[in-house]
Amino acid sequence: MNEEQTTDYAIKLDIFEGPLDLLLYLIKKNEIDIYNIPVALITEQYLQYLKMIKSLNLDLAGEYLVMASTLIHIKSRMLLPEPEEPEEEEEDPRAELVRQLLEYKAFKEAAANLSQRPILERDVFTRAALLPEETEKAPSDEEELVEVSIFELIEAFHRLVTRLDKKELMEIDLEKMSVTDIINEILDRLSSEKNVTFDELLGEIKSRRRIVYTFLALLELIKLRMVKVYQATAFGVIRIFPAVEMEA
Amino acid sequence: MESIKAIIEALILASEAPLGLDKICTVLPQVEKSELKEILAALVAEYKERAGGICLEEVAGGFQFRTRPELGQWVKKLKGMKPASLSAAAMETLAIVAYRQPIVKAEIESIRGVDAGHALKVLMEKKLLRIVGRKDVPGRPIIYGTTKKFLEVFGLKDLSELPTLRELKELNEPAENVVPVEADEGAVAEEPAEELPGS
Repeated sequence: MNEEQTTDYAIKLDIFEGPLDLLLYLIKKNEIDIYNIPVALITEQYLQYLKMIKSLNLDLAGEYLVMASTLIHIKSRMLLPEPEEPEEEEEDPRAELVRQLLEYKAFKEAAANLSQRPILERDVFTRAALLPEETEKAPSDEEELVEVSIFELIEAFHRLVTRLDKKELMEIDLEKMSVTDIINEILDRLSSEKNVTFDELLGEIKSRRRIVYTFLALLELIKLRMVKVYQATAFGVIRIFPAVEMEA
Repeated sequence: MESIKAIIEALILASEAPLGLDKICTVLPQVEKSELKEILAALVAEYKERAGGICLEEVAGGFQFRTRPELGQWVKKLKGMKPASLSAAAMETLAIVAYRQPIVKAEIESIRGVDAGHALKVLMEKKLLRIVGRKDVPGRPIIYGTTKKFLEVFGLKDLSELPTLRELKELNEPAENVVPVEADEGAVAEEPAEELPGS
């Protein structure tokens, strides 16, 4: 193999989707009839390619080696002299490989056809669907409360974090804060107010650190069975109640 | 009374997903289904003739307004996003599942000659593929099939609209690998879909 061909393989390296793809490439490149593959030639070029990958220190997928052994096996079978009186019509040793190649080729073409279709969000677009507005009902006395799971709490947390202005997230928060402080703050508020919402707990400063700490504090309090969290409806406001009447 | 054609047009515009004939029937029970079909065909033809920026397409078993494919670049500019594209490996895997479903991973891998795990994961995440059940063979491998979203994304009415594989016809295919025509969700899941992990 000369320099030129070596470079040619190198360029094609990442384009191959597997040993079958590489074989199809070699067949096309050599303008070979797929039904009559010169196995010796193709095997030689195939092995050359594998050498190429190795010399580039690239990971050689095991599938490539399996194909190499298949090719060598076929080549050796083709070299065997034909029996003088064939008992039954023997299949061409290449038949199975040809079938595999044709099948793969068909799907490769099918994939190309699919890619050429007008694809949603790439070529064609539908009317942009509006996001359903967040329906947060004002708390009322008749609000029927249901217990919320940890997952809903996590969702509420997630919504708040995603609602934050991204710029704000970049700011370095110098405010000194600890989960313990927040726990105490929550307990303080719960002793004066009957219940608070997650939003109210955060106050005006909705920094990521504040949200995370408040969330952790709540989880800790729930674990300690000091507070209970309720929600009126799915995606509704999450309210935090003291688990037991707290001493003033 | 308002023209039925106008009503249907309004319904399609107001619907977020492709609007099926059955849905239109529930809104307009007094109109014969066959008549609705005719009106829909006329409506599609009207938009085609107009050749404007909007197409009325039949996708995934329903009707939907879509922008004209040739105008994609302008809409993309408005939306300021890069086109979502699938890798060659994912596209090949998707094509194999589309034509051969229901299919297990090993069958996909024997066709492509390489591991299909990653491609399947990507396609599942994009909701183009789904698990339709488990095959009743040792190891109970997962059986994959395409979703309704697949039809929507590739603008297909149903799976029968997939172009026939050119060269495959020449090959003797085992009878079990017949492409099913069912397109709607759940219809392919004839095999018991129990113990599905994380579905």
